[in-house]
Formats: sequence, C-alpha cells, structure tokens
Amino acid sequence: MNIFDMTIHQLHGALKERKLSSVEATTAMLDRIAAVEPQIGSFITVTAEGALAAASAADRRIAAGECDLLTGIPLAIKDIFLTEGIRTTCGSRILDSFIPPYSATSWEKLRDRGAVLLGKLNQDEFAMGSSNESSAFGITRNPWDTTRIPGGSSGGSAAAVAARQAVATLGTDTGGSIRQPASHCGCVGLKPTYGRVSRYGVIAYASSLDQVGPLTRDVADCAAMMGAVAGYDAKDSTSVDTPVPDYGATLNEGVRGMKIGLPKEYFIAGLDADVQKAMSEAIETYRRLGAEFVDVSLPHTEYAVATYYLIAAAEASSNLARYDGVRFGHRAAADGLLDMYTKSRSEGFGSEVKRRIMLGTYALSSGYYDAYYVKAQKVRTLIMNDFISAFADVDLMLTPVAPTPAFRIGEKADDPLLMYLSDIFTIPVNLAGTCALSIPAGFSADGLPIGMQLIGKPFGESTILRAGYAFEQATEWHRRKAEITAIT
Amino acid sequence: MKYQPVIGLEVHVQLLTDTKIFCGCSTTFGAEPNSQTCPVCLGLPGALPVLNKKVVEFAIKAGLATNCSITPRSIFARKNYFYPDLPKGYQISQFEEPICQHGWLDIQLEGEEPKRIGITRIHMEEDAGKLVHGELSGPGDGSGVDLNRACTPLLEVVSEPDLRSSDEAVSYLKQLHQIVTWLGLCDGNMEEGSFRCDANVSVMPVGAEKYGTRAEIKNVNSFKFVKQAIEYEIQRQIDLIEDGGTVVQETRLYDPNSGKTRSMRSKEEAHDYRYFPDPDLVPLVIGPEWVERSRSELPELPEQRQQRFMADLGLPEYDAQVLTASRGVADYFEAGVAAHGNAKAVGNWIMGEITRGLNDNGLGIDACPVTPGQLAELLKLIDKGTISGKIAKTVFDEMWRSGKSPESIVAEQGLVQVSDTGAIEGIIDEIMAANAGQVEEYRGGKEKVFGFFVGQVMKASKGKANPAVVNDLLLNKLRG
Amino acid sequence: MKITVADVEHVARLARLELTPAEKELFAGQMASILGYVDTLKSVNTDGVVPTSHAVPMENAFRDDVVRPSIGVEKALANAPDRSGSFYAVPKVIE
Repeated sequence: MNIFDMTIHQLHGALKERKLSSVEATTAMLDRIAAVEPQIGSFITVTAEGALAAASAADRRIAAGECDLLTGIPLAIKDIFLTEGIRTTCGSRILDSFIPPYSATSWEKLRDRGAVLLGKLNQDEFAMGSSNESSAFGITRNPWDTTRIPGGSSGGSAAAVAARQAVATLGTDTGGSIRQPASHCGCVGLKPTYGRVSRYGVIAYASSLDQVGPLTRDVADCAAMMGAVAGYDAKDSTSVDTPVPDYGATLNEGVRGMKIGLPKEYFIAGLDADVQKAMSEAIETYRRLGAEFVDVSLPHTEYAVATYYLIAAAEASSNLARYDGVRFGHRAAADGLLDMYTKSRSEGFGSEVKRRIMLGTYALSSGYYDAYYVKAQKVRTLIMNDFISAFADVDLMLTPVAPTPAFRIGEKADDPLLMYLSDIFTIPVNLAGTCALSIPAGFSADGLPIGMQLIGKPFGESTILRAGYAFEQATEWHRRKAEITAIT
Repeated sequence: MKYQPVIGLEVHVQLLTDTKIFCGCSTTFGAEPNSQTCPVCLGLPGALPVLNKKVVEFAIKAGLATNCSITPRSIFARKNYFYPDLPKGYQISQFEEPICQHGWLDIQLEGEEPKRIGITRIHMEEDAGKLVHGELSGPGDGSGVDLNRACTPLLEVVSEPDLRSSDEAVSYLKQLHQIVTWLGLCDGNMEEGSFRCDANVSVMPVGAEKYGTRAEIKNVNSFKFVKQAIEYEIQRQIDLIEDGGTVVQETRLYDPNSGKTRSMRSKEEAHDYRYFPDPDLVPLVIGPEWVERSRSELPELPEQRQQRFMADLGLPEYDAQVLTASRGVADYFEAGVAAHGNAKAVGNWIMGEITRGLNDNGLGIDACPVTPGQLAELLKLIDKGTISGKIAKTVFDEMWRSGKSPESIVAEQGLVQVSDTGAIEGIIDEIMAANAGQVEEYRGGKEKVFGFFVGQVMKASKGKANPAVVNDLLLNKLRG
Repeated sequence: MKITVADVEHVARLARLELTPAEKELFAGQMASILGYVDTLKSVNTDGVVPTSHAVPMENAFRDDVVRPSIGVEKALANAPDRSGSFYAVPKVIE
C-alpha cells in the first residue's frame, strides 16, 4: 500500500507500531504533492520545511510513548485558517503577503495533538464560490477529471484528499463549501452544527453561517478529525459550551430502527439522472440495513438560495471592510486617503468578491434594509422552522449534495446566479444552523463521484456519522481512487 | 422675531475598566502607540470580539442612576464606515435595542423651577483609535494611526431635545458628569476625552411646534466650551435665518481659540451606516434579578445624599450641594462628622481650608494630606478651648505640610491657648498702663477703641490668649 | 428589478470600490438579475415572523475584565504596508 493512500487510522497504526515514522510519512506526502500538484493545484503554499520539522518532533513524541491518533499525521488546511508565521491568503490578492501573528483555534487544536502541517490549500477567494475558480492563485482541478471543477469553496481541501496529497484536511462551509467539493471529489466532508467548532482565527465570510469542518477519506477519519476540532472556545462568542461526544465510539451502532426523512423538495424533476439513481440505491442500501424512510417536507426550500445570498453578502460586505490597506494586506499606490481605499480594494479583490460586497452593501443600504436584509432574516426563521418540524418525525434526512456531478471548468463562470443555484441542497442546512455529512454514494456514467447528504439535528453529528459509517461499511464507493491524468 | 433654541446632547463616557470592551488589552492612557493592541482591536482577519462583562455592569448602573429602564434583551450592531482609525471598517455599537432606555435627570437653574430632561437611550460601544498629523518622523505629510484607544469601552448617553438654553445644557451635563464619576464608571477627565459631548442645536420661532434643522457640534471638551459653542451656534443660526438663509443639517467643529463653530469637510459626504446586528456577538439578556442586584449595589446617589445631609445633619442647601459635589468629598465629610459630630463645623472646614489647600496644590480629595480623623481631632482641640480658631489655622497648615497630628503640633510649638485669668490680667494691666490715652478715650464713650485693646492683648500673647477670656477681663478693667 | 449605473456607482462608493465602466455595466446587469431572483422572497408571507440572526439560540457570552498581554508594537506593525515609528502611516487625513 502506498503511504499516501493511507487513512488517519491506518497511518496511526503504522506509526504506533513503528513500522513507519512521521518523517517518512510526511516525506511521502510531500513527494506526492510534488508529483500531482501541477495537474491539480490544491495548494497555495506548501510548507515542506515546517512539515518535516513537525514530523521530527512528532517522532520524538511517539518515541516517548505519546502516540495520539493525530500525532505525526500529515494534514493540510484551507488557506482561510490563520497560521502564525505562515502566509495566509484566503485565496485573495489582497492578502498576498499576509503573515498572521496568531493561529486559528481549530488549527492549534490539531497542532497541539501533534499533527503535521503540509501546507495551505487553495480555495475560492474569501470562500466565495462553488468551483474554486475565483482563487487569485489559480484554479484547482478535479482529480477525477481535470477538465472539471473540484467544487468550492473548499475545493483545494477536497481535491487534496482525493488526489492523496494530504491524509485529511480542514475546510469551511458557509453554504455548502465543504459538502459540495467533498461530493464532487468523492471524499467525506462534515459541516458541523453552528457553534460546535470555534471560528476564531478563521477568516470570516458570513459570520452567522461559517463553520469549520473536516474532509477525509472515510467516515472514521472524519469522526476523529471532528472530535479533535470540536469544542467550546472562549474567544468565539458564538461557540457553544456543550460537551463533545466521542464521535468514534458510536460509529458501529448501525441504523436499525433509525427514521430517515426524505424531503420531497430535494427530489425534484431536473435532478441529474445519475444523482437520482445514486440516491435511490442509497435508500435501498439503508432499507436493507434496517432504516425506515419517512416522507417529510421542507416547504421553504425554494427560498433558501435567495435568503442565503442576501444574508451572506450583507455580512460579507461588512466583514471585508477591514481590508483597507491600512494595517495589513495590499495597499495600492494612491493619491490621498480615499484613493488609497478604493484602489487598494479594487486591485486586491477579485470579481466575485466585489460582486458580493456590492450586493451586500446594497441590501444593507438605506431604504433597502427592511425589504432585503430583514426580509431574508424572517424567511430564515421559516426555513429553520421547516427543519424543526421535519426533525420532530425523523432522526436524520437524506438528500443529494448537489443537483449534478462536478461541472466543467468555465461552464458557469459567466453566470453567477446559475452558479449560486448549484448550492440549493446545501444552503438550507447553513441557514438552519444544523449539521450535515457528505459521503460518496456512487458515480456518474462518466466516472464522476456523486455525494449523498445526511442532515442531522443540531448537535446530532454522532447520529449522521454513525449512519454514514453504516453506509460506508455496506458499500465500496469510498474505496475508489482517482487516477490522475495529465493535462492534455 | 424671537427664537427658541432646542438642544439635545450626546455624551460619550469612557468607562474605567481595566481592559477594552471586546478584548483583554489594557486601557491605560499614554502608552507607546499601538503597544496595547491584539488581533481583536487591530481588526485582523479571523479575530472575534468577546464582551467585557464589567462594561455591561457599568452600563446597567449608569442606566439605573439616570432612571432608565434596562432592556431585557439588547443586541450589538455594526455601524459601517471607512476611516483609518476604525480598524474593522465598522464600529460595534448598539442601534436597535440599546441596553438602557427612557430615563431622565432633573436639573434646576438658580431661581427657576426644577426641569426634567429626558434621556432617550444609553448604549455601549467601542471607541476608535487616534490619528496624529504632522508629528511623524518620516518624509511626507501623512497621518499616523495609533490603535491603543481602539475598542476602549464607551457609553453613549443621548438626551431628548429637551434643553432650551446653554445654561440648561451645562447644568444637565454637569449632573451627568457628577453621576458617572460618583459611580466610579468614568474618571470624568474632559481634557483627555474621557467625557466628551456632541451638541445638537437648532432654533425655531418662539411658539413654533416644529423644530428647526439641527447642526451637530462635535467633541466639545469642557463645560465652558459647551456653553460657548452652543451660544455661538444659536446666534449663527438666528443670524442666518434673519438674513434669509436656511440652516443645513451638518456636522460642525467647535474651535475654542476663535469661539466659533465651522463645518467639517470630512463629514460632508452623506452617511449610510448600514447598521445590522453583529453576527459575531450574541444577544445580551438581562433578567430582573440582575437588574435588582445592580440596583442593590448602587451607592447612595448625589441627589439622595444631599437631601439626607439637609434632613439629618441640618446642613443648609448650599452646603449640602457643595459637600456632595463628588463622592470623595461627601465620604470625607461623613467620615469627619462621624469622628467629630458637628456637621456644620466639619463642613465649614472642608469648604474653607481643605478646599483651598486642595485647589492650591491641584489635588483631589483622595490625595488630601489631612485625614478626616485628623480634622476631627483639630476641631476637638478648638472645642476644648486648647487652641483658638485662629491658632487652629496655623496648626492646620502644619498638619497639611508635615502630616503630624494636631496635638503634637500644638505641644511642639507651644500653641496651647492661655485661659488663665491671672496671666491675661497681667498683660491687660501692662497694656492699659502703656496706653493711658486710649483708656481715657474709651471711658469717654469712644467704644471703638475696645478692638484696639483686644488686638494688643492677642499680639502680646502671641495669639495664645483665649479671646473669650480676654474680652471679659478687658470689659471689666476698662469700665474700671 | 432595474439597477442603473448610477446605483452601482453609489453602492461602489459606499463600499470603497472603484469600478471600470465595463464593470459597472456588467455589475448593473448581474445585480439586477440576482436581485430579480431575490425578489421571489416578496411572495413569502412573513407577517409576525421574528428575524433570525443566529440559528442556534445563544446569549450572554462574556469575558472577565482581566488584562491579557498585548501582542506588542512590532507584531502589530509587522504586516503594515507603511509605518512611521510606532504608527501605521496613511495618506493625510483631512478633518
């Protein structure tokens, strides 16, 4: 078995039994990155030197008998996480040379357990996008078909797992940014309940929707990563102080007797036939495993995308006001203060970011605030209530992650609205603040991965991980590996 | 035409917390630029605010002391605008649902009936940083940004437009100042900007119901300037209207050197602050228990204390007012009364010698070198007749200088009052003998000369003769 | 929903963005299309519905008034595009 093909659990076993050192594992990953990065473009920054130093330190810890599940495991994280002393760009030219003086809590938690950082992953600029095409550092290609997008905005995080450039990665999900790329790249991705993982040190896109989560090869790794990053953080006022369960401990409990809801609004005409087929097969698999299906309704689903784009753009327009060229980031040569602001921001931000800042500024501006922003927050309440009602009858819900498999590079680049609509199945979960898992559930006729979404109740991560694990044990989808083809 | 000014005040009160409102950086004044900063107050990417609980407690106290109701569920909002001293590109403030609402203060101008001034709201917010101009070492003529003050906690106290003159405005402002310093929420230093005032001023014809267009005068940093700025602005608006012009809504800056207000160019651009609830902060829920706990922790307020000094200690209104000018003075006074008992005497000494001493040395009552206990001891020496009131002032000066107890000063310097009639009679006899002419004048009906004899006797006794005894003996002897 | 170039210019000014004439035209069209789509929300009856800021109900997150070390002037200014002594330097601000 190739070292770079190993899961966290496999690698941990090898490290613990001293069949392998972390330096060897890290070197293997760095070699793999070097080999496939020209085709994929998952990374913005590779931190080879720091990775090897961290691996040596991990080996010393292991030699001293301290071998935590994550000790010595080579990981990579989205470039949205602040890393002290390591350039953090958020995929934007405006942060081209930003070296943070502090680190994100979620990364600190992994680092403190001995994880090794391979580098910072490519993403849509400021996490705004569904295709990784808006990165200022070049596109990321889907390892299953390099003419296609990997999904976004955590496209680098998904592609790196699928291309076996990192054992596992961290991403962020504001409207589907972990689940959709996980689905398109054939890996496991978890968007936790809002407040479950600290947002401190994570560059904000839409503060009331952003959540940090893992992308992994399989569900067991996902549970492990989730356990590592979850938990209360006094530095994040929206972090929730409830105990973190042992997500790994209940994976084996099966789905017998579980009630799974099928929201009718997610199984509509126009759903890609391959996606439809994969969902039907998944439902059959769960039936065989003893789960029970219930038809449920989330009646306000059709308003979710509009609601999301108003709320997210409004929050983003304010969150991105700090990029003004005064204290950090790009500053344009300018004639006077006002000119410095407008030139720095206009040169530093890409087109999609500008579009969302414009939209958000408009939605908050005098005369439109009630009609747009407040209205969207009210509809958000109705969407939340839909979930509460549906969850009165079921333990979790099963839906597709995306209406189609990965689309082609450039296919939707000129039509922002079409791009936004591709997030229709993931966005409602962020608005409702609850958790959802994306796991491989099949492949299209032309060999593209198709993901299934398991939506849990708030703080119901254990339930969806357990259901995901049962499915994974019963299927082989997650074992398929992308054969990376050279660009022609 | 006669005009009626209409004035509302917005006061920014900088709170005396140890740390900033949303991060743990120190709020100490005067540190090296940008030395008291962290990712949160620098507005670095990824940083998040966490609310300082003490700011909430201070805000509740300010609200209760100004008769506000405390909002059960209040929220923070972002006020969006770009300025180099505003790191995040927005200020975290409160907009809808401020923490305190619907309060009031009663003011009273001399010779007028008391008047109730409404307080619309009190809200919490973060301060901006500081800009410096022209002090930079490098080439060019840019500005410098110091973010030490950024994120410092402020309360903004907004009055109703109930004030009708500059005197009313100053009276309201002084009372608010007294309350926030009394409660220990603010150091009250107007020069350093700990207590700053913006005034909204408009005029309308007397009898009109609709207010005129208002101008906002920014950052007026003393009571005197508030009065001057408002008076200037009222006259400017009246002159403008009389000349056929119209007042435009704008922000104006008061220049203390010229005594005038001028339009602020930088604020000319129409503002659209795009307030919305800050998603990084959670709602602030203050239940009745919390409000009642805060209420029970409130000290007796100046107004209540003044009434008590009048009712229980029999002080005249003026004295009671002066002795409650600050909580320190009132506490000093009460400690003195507790140690001595005669409120009037203690009060007189505080309003006289102590105030003079403090003013001469630029000290606050907290730094007074004479303790209330020592003052009481001094007064007891007068009561017992050990020293005269006049000598007491000498002793007091020495207490102030050396910090010694009055007894030891009296003993060391031999200042004990002479009440022994024999000794005083001897002096009187000598003086009468030496001034036979004046004795004759007195006996001839010129009673004014009596004062001359008292003076001579006191002089001869080096001030130590008991004045009452001197009086009695002199009268007897002069009458023959 | 009609968005004019003048609307775009007004919003761009608020957001401190400078757009080329071509961008203004492009954004006017795209914003009109997005806002037109967003207008579907108008058909939702939200009478008496309370707006939601956070999906997970939370309240009263505080810190104690205890000083924590600052990061220091050098770290604070490390990313500054321009500095002068211990200050961030910016073009002259006219008040």
